[in-house]
Amino acid sequence: MSKKVLDALAAKFPHAVERTESMYGDEIAWIKRDNLVEVARWLRDEPTMAFVYPVFVTCIDKLDWHPVGVAPSEHWNEQKPRFEVAYQLRSAHHTRIRLKIAVTEQDARVPSLAELWPAFNWQERETFDMYGIRFDGHPDLRRIYMYEEFVGYPLRKDYPKEKRQPLVRRDDLPLNPMKREVP
Amino acid sequence: MGVELTTTRLENAATWAKQSLVERGSNWGRKFSLFTYPFVTACCGMEFMSVAGPKYDIARFGAEFPRFSPRQSDLLMVVGTVTEKQGPALKRVFDQMAEPKWVIAFGVCASTGGFYQNYSTMPGADQVIPVDVYIPGCPPRPEQVLDGIILLMDRIQNGRGHSQLRTKRDELIAAEREE
Repeated sequence: MSKKVLDALAAKFPHAVERTESMYGDEIAWIKRDNLVEVARWLRDEPTMAFVYPVFVTCIDKLDWHPVGVAPSEHWNEQKPRFEVAYQLRSAHHTRIRLKIAVTEQDARVPSLAELWPAFNWQERETFDMYGIRFDGHPDLRRIYMYEEFVGYPLRKDYPKEKRQPLVRRDDLPLNPMKREVP
Repeated sequence: MGVELTTTRLENAATWAKQSLVERGSNWGRKFSLFTYPFVTACCGMEFMSVAGPKYDIARFGAEFPRFSPRQSDLLMVVGTVTEKQGPALKRVFDQMAEPKWVIAFGVCASTGGFYQNYSTMPGADQVIPVDVYIPGCPPRPEQVLDGIILLMDRIQNGRGHSQLRTKRDELIAAEREE
């Protein structure tokens, strides 16, 4: 059923859809970054599509990603787009589609869809907070969970797992000798 | 110059003998009228409600009223996970409380950070404020909490609570810095 959506999308925007795939019942369309807003607006406003419900937006960090049985060094290199930004939509006809945009680390920018679906506003802020993806045209792109003093993007694969950035610590020494080592 | 963590009954009696009558009386009064400030941030709050409710009832130990104003309370209970973002708020609440004051870290997250080892979680409330009694458990049983409160009451009676020891601690730190 959702396959029809992919076919209609590919027929309507042959220049914008890079490729489509269906995996485990999910329909995925890879969209070129410059055409994202145009495609999304059509998906929302076309009555036969009617993707009125925004489900989520998130990002996948593909740093060192490799298929099973292939060494990371053979599959991953710096030239490949590191991030995949995924927009999941649901229609009034009970079909689902996922729009994916591949972006590189040096140019991690994606056009914002917060104007089309206001519910994406905070989710795009969260994606920016955790992965550092800049959403062009977002009305208020600030960190949403972490504090302003936080440096870096914690859910990126190259963020150290236990690195903390404390806002406040005690200035007196703990008297417990067991705790002496704590910096 | 380590400070021992727990005391025996005999040592308690020895401390009692050394204290003046006023000291005994004021400490006795303090330990039976702990006004708690519940700094509840996470799921341990459920267990705190269980302790405060009629079945386990911390009112039996005089810790009856949760006061939601730090000005009116003298026992800060840090209940649940503390994140780095909450650190300034926790320190501010502690600073607003009037002396003498005591702190209980309720649950393993407030004591050490628990199983959260990541960018956002503070590894224990004692990174920001001095803690008197740590109650482990995820969440702790109400009996453990009552045990912790009794332990704290012993410390208060002996004058070994954090804020009672502050002058002594300052002297110790000054001596250590000189070495």
